[in-house]
Amino acid sequence: MSTATQSLPRTVAAHAVLIAYTVIALFPVVVIVINSFKSRNAIFRSPLSPPTAETFDLIGYTTVLRQGDFFLYFQNSFIVTVMSLFLVLLFGAMASFALSEYRFRGNSLMGLYLALGIMIPIRLGTVAILQLMVASGLVNTLTALILVYTAQGLPLAVFILSEFMKQVSDDLKNAGRIDGLSEYRIFFRLVLPLVRPAMATVAVFTMIPIWNDLWFPLILAPSEATKTVTLGAQLFIGQYVTNWNAVLAALSLAILPVLVLYLIFSRQLIRGITSGAVK
Amino acid sequence: MATEAKKPIRWHIAVFLAPAVLVYTAVMIVPLFGTLQLSLFSADGQTRVFAGLDNFRTLFFDPRWSASFWNALWNNTWFFIIHMLVQNPIGVVLAALLSSPKLRFSAFYRTAIFIPTILSFVIVGFAWKLILSPLWGVAPNLLDLVGLKSLFTPWLGKEEYALTTLGLISVWQFVGIPMMLIYAALLSIPDEVIEAAECDGITGMAQFWKIKLPLILPSIGIISILTFVGNFNAFDLIYSAQGALAGPNFSTDILGTFLYRTFFGFQLQIGDPYMGSTIASMMFFIILAGVCLYLFAVQTRLRRYQF
Repeated sequence: MSTATQSLPRTVAAHAVLIAYTVIALFPVVVIVINSFKSRNAIFRSPLSPPTAETFDLIGYTTVLRQGDFFLYFQNSFIVTVMSLFLVLLFGAMASFALSEYRFRGNSLMGLYLALGIMIPIRLGTVAILQLMVASGLVNTLTALILVYTAQGLPLAVFILSEFMKQVSDDLKNAGRIDGLSEYRIFFRLVLPLVRPAMATVAVFTMIPIWNDLWFPLILAPSEATKTVTLGAQLFIGQYVTNWNAVLAALSLAILPVLVLYLIFSRQLIRGITSGAVK
Repeated sequence: MATEAKKPIRWHIAVFLAPAVLVYTAVMIVPLFGTLQLSLFSADGQTRVFAGLDNFRTLFFDPRWSASFWNALWNNTWFFIIHMLVQNPIGVVLAALLSSPKLRFSAFYRTAIFIPTILSFVIVGFAWKLILSPLWGVAPNLLDLVGLKSLFTPWLGKEEYALTTLGLISVWQFVGIPMMLIYAALLSIPDEVIEAAECDGITGMAQFWKIKLPLILPSIGIISILTFVGNFNAFDLIYSAQGALAGPNFSTDILGTFLYRTFFGFQLQIGDPYMGSTIASMMFFIILAGVCLYLFAVQTRLRRYQF
């Protein structure tokens, strides 16, 4: 090892830069969350200090929970995200199994066709998607969102999962065939359990944009009963823009679930990014 | 069933492929082409009439439309330039620091710096709006600490700064992605290459410029095209921070917000699905041109090194 890359000033400088950037990355989030627990006066008097015994106040949260129907919004977001995720993983895994396991005419063409959606965003088809949903009576239903997000998530899922499906040993599948398992059983019993880590990675990648999306809820399902958290928070904040306690509390409520999920799955996500990029 | 045929039809392949292909085709590909097709029509009362390229002519040459379109396109381009000039260099620097072998706490830094990327645009837009707000005073207070309070202006409210400010906010949010991808690329450089460089006396900065940077160029290419597609399709951040009118005075209007306003209408203007499709088609062609340029001109020229 060369001494130049390990010298003390260099290490200190590296840590200084990284700490500085970490502060920049976390500062806005921390400011929002600590101020959401303070009284209105304290928010303005000393925005940078954490809540103390005198300034602690949950008025923002009570306003949010009383005024906005956030439990319903959470439920909607949850249903949409989980259902889309399930369909993306199931359909994506099935398609990538077909593409990576069997040789048939048009195989690579099909792979290319499915990969188109990675580069061309689904949003560009919004005008016709809205017409389609109006024609089929799906406007203002969660089904419309689930369908759109499933289509949106499939291309990347098929692309990533195909890579992993190729690595499953042929001997194992052939042993299954000799034992008389049908192709469906081979897929569900032998292959799916083996690609579970890859499925988890795809799940995280698919989940974040769905949960955070504003465009499609705004256009396809803006009714009170089908609002997602992202849309609900957006409208609520727009309406209560002068009630700082409520706005800060609504923002914190929208941040926390994603943050908790991220901290649980961050290792999976980072491993996924790093393994996908090294190829 | 063709039981006697030499090669029976393997139905299971169709069963495995069908759900994904059906949903993808019906909800994504057909509407995409439907939108392209709609851009060739216009409304005549209640009926739809074929208009050829009239909508595109209106978009480019009608003074009311073309000013907004070129404004949105230029703003979008500037938005992209900011990302390329700020986001990617910061990403490379952070990744280079993180990948040094004996750095402690690197998992912590990685996790923390990636946090903004997982937040929704709505949260990011409003959070920064509050922080930069002159009413609250977080930003002026912080500048005061370093003695630069005089530099503070309401950045998001001034025409000349608003778009750049939003660009930087977006960079703040997404710097995690280039950081991670380049970090991964740096980790995949084999130790032998680095050791060989060190034997030849190439260390420190020289090593980064001469050995590592050429090896991570393909990753920088991928990041550039991902940024391009993401930027020319952006909408949420501007909409949350500045509203559909992309104020002040349309100075932060990009193609996404322009499409939204045209399609749904705003204030006195009624929504127009045909002009909306025309703008969406232009976005499609711009993104397609960028992707093709990348695939045919950039990617084929980048040398990939196999280890």
